[in-house]
Amino acid sequence: MKKTSLLPTDGEVSRYVELSLGRRFIRNQLAALSIILLGMMVTLSLLTRTFLTATNIFNVLRAFSWIAIASFGQSIVIIGGGIDLSAGSNMALSGIVAGMFLVREYGVALSVTLGLLITLLVGLANGAMVSKTKLPPFIATLGTMSIVRGFCYGMTEGWPIRNLPRPFLALGQTDVSVLIWQIPLPAILMVLFAILCSILLGRTKLGYHIYAVGGNEYAAELSGINVGRVKIIAFTLSGLLAGIGGILMTARLGVAAPTAAQGYELDIIAAAVIGGISLSGGEGNVWGALIGAAIMQILRNALVLLGFPAYWQPAAIGAVIIGAVMIDMYRKKKA
Amino acid sequence: MGTEGQDSNVLVSQPILSLRGICKYFGGVHALEDVDFDVYPQEVVALVGDNGAGKSTLIKIIAGVHQPTRGEIFFFNRPVQIRSPRDAQMLGIETVYQELALVETRDVPANFFLGREPTKDRLGIFVDRKKMVDDTVRTLRELGIVVPSLRTPVRYLSGGQRQALAIGRVMPWGGKIIIMDEPTAALGVKESRRVLDLILRLKEKGCSIIVVSHNMRHVFSVADRIVVLRGGRKVGDKKKTETTPDEIVKLIVGAEMLSPEGAS
Repeated sequence: MKKTSLLPTDGEVSRYVELSLGRRFIRNQLAALSIILLGMMVTLSLLTRTFLTATNIFNVLRAFSWIAIASFGQSIVIIGGGIDLSAGSNMALSGIVAGMFLVREYGVALSVTLGLLITLLVGLANGAMVSKTKLPPFIATLGTMSIVRGFCYGMTEGWPIRNLPRPFLALGQTDVSVLIWQIPLPAILMVLFAILCSILLGRTKLGYHIYAVGGNEYAAELSGINVGRVKIIAFTLSGLLAGIGGILMTARLGVAAPTAAQGYELDIIAAAVIGGISLSGGEGNVWGALIGAAIMQILRNALVLLGFPAYWQPAAIGAVIIGAVMIDMYRKKKA
Repeated sequence: MGTEGQDSNVLVSQPILSLRGICKYFGGVHALEDVDFDVYPQEVVALVGDNGAGKSTLIKIIAGVHQPTRGEIFFFNRPVQIRSPRDAQMLGIETVYQELALVETRDVPANFFLGREPTKDRLGIFVDRKKMVDDTVRTLRELGIVVPSLRTPVRYLSGGQRQALAIGRVMPWGGKIIIMDEPTAALGVKESRRVLDLILRLKEKGCSIIVVSHNMRHVFSVADRIVVLRGGRKVGDKKKTETTPDEIVKLIVGAEMLSPEGAS
């Protein structure tokens, strides 16, 4: 090949070196988060006798698995440049719809499917509003958040649905034997969905397009990506995953209440944000959201075990959200 | 008018792309009025003009972003309609936008293949990351573009590296025509020089390039032909060897209203 002196030399061209281990570590928000999580766990193990018991660990796992699963859907939407405020209401809705069919003896499989179908449709509606009518995601999902909550109250006339059949409750309450441990089923499902979502985002064409739309919608459009379709899929998945979280929550609590999961959308969003998923879109992954949800739950657990009154929990969670995002911003500047 | 356009060129071959009588109105605004525009094989055409002269509108029509209100487009003498950026890509028209249409949060290969990621399976679900990395490295080497690391999110690259990447990524698609909107606008002297070299290199490889630029020095260093727009009309179409920067500047600002092209 002909070369002019203005072009880089061969030596320069072949500089496709990977970054040093240290720099890659700084850039990897997962590594940073894991260390924070690990640090919390070690400290708690030293300060309390109860933290590092199988019962406590599995209770913690069970307690954040619903939030985490809903948060995976939220992550997909946020990475795609949106936000889904209807996630909490959707969690309540799937449980109520499933519950209404369960008490009329439609069977677990059909009832759960119908519950999930409803939240999937809510997600689809969110996606359609955002991509077709160009409503800002915040407004569209703020609306559906309230509409869905209204349906939850309206359909039940405000009464919780009790006496859910035992096979349904098993979804949230069964433990599965893995080696020497009895691991709660919701925790296993959480890991399963994390794997599925991370494959979707990291290895599929759709996943690449979700990052592209969230990172630079204009560029995505110009490069021929069907931006509207990508957004609709992202919101639909968020609706579905929130529904799954809701089913597991309902099965664990044993009652489908119209007031369930009130305010959970903020926990779900916080888990993603603590996990390094930037609200401006285009970066992060679901493992971050999983660790983010874990950090929040362990913090709650820690406050209980260390004897702080439960009333103070929200303040601590708020401080963690601010701290985590500040660390993330600092990290990005350094790297 | 078509004959006029051909008169000013020694006909080495048929044009690849011909626009005839293109008009574009945005509401009451006449962005383009009866413009003819040709692109010949392996040539660099510079498109110059003041702000609002219609340069961006013209290239967006070629790139499939806008549709002309009136007029015809011929591609290899075949009438075509370019309804979307995808249509343009399918014809072999690639565009490097002024706004640097890169996704800052994504790494180099993801940007290189933006929107057309190769897949491993028949259904086109799973991305073939290895092919993406290999092809990216090959193209970057071929064009002499250096980046610190392929895994770097693009926001950590310098302006010149980003521009080189934006230009380089149109390469693997075998584009016959590459449109570049102000490729040197945000760059320093050295980086601009590299981008200009890249343009010449793409031409060597058989591409035709349409460059929009304000910089006369850059225009005269790479262009074979210079097309001047003023107020939405074509007022000049000159071979570089037959004109001077002075004359082009006069055409741009309209000091030579009596020139034959000015009347067209």
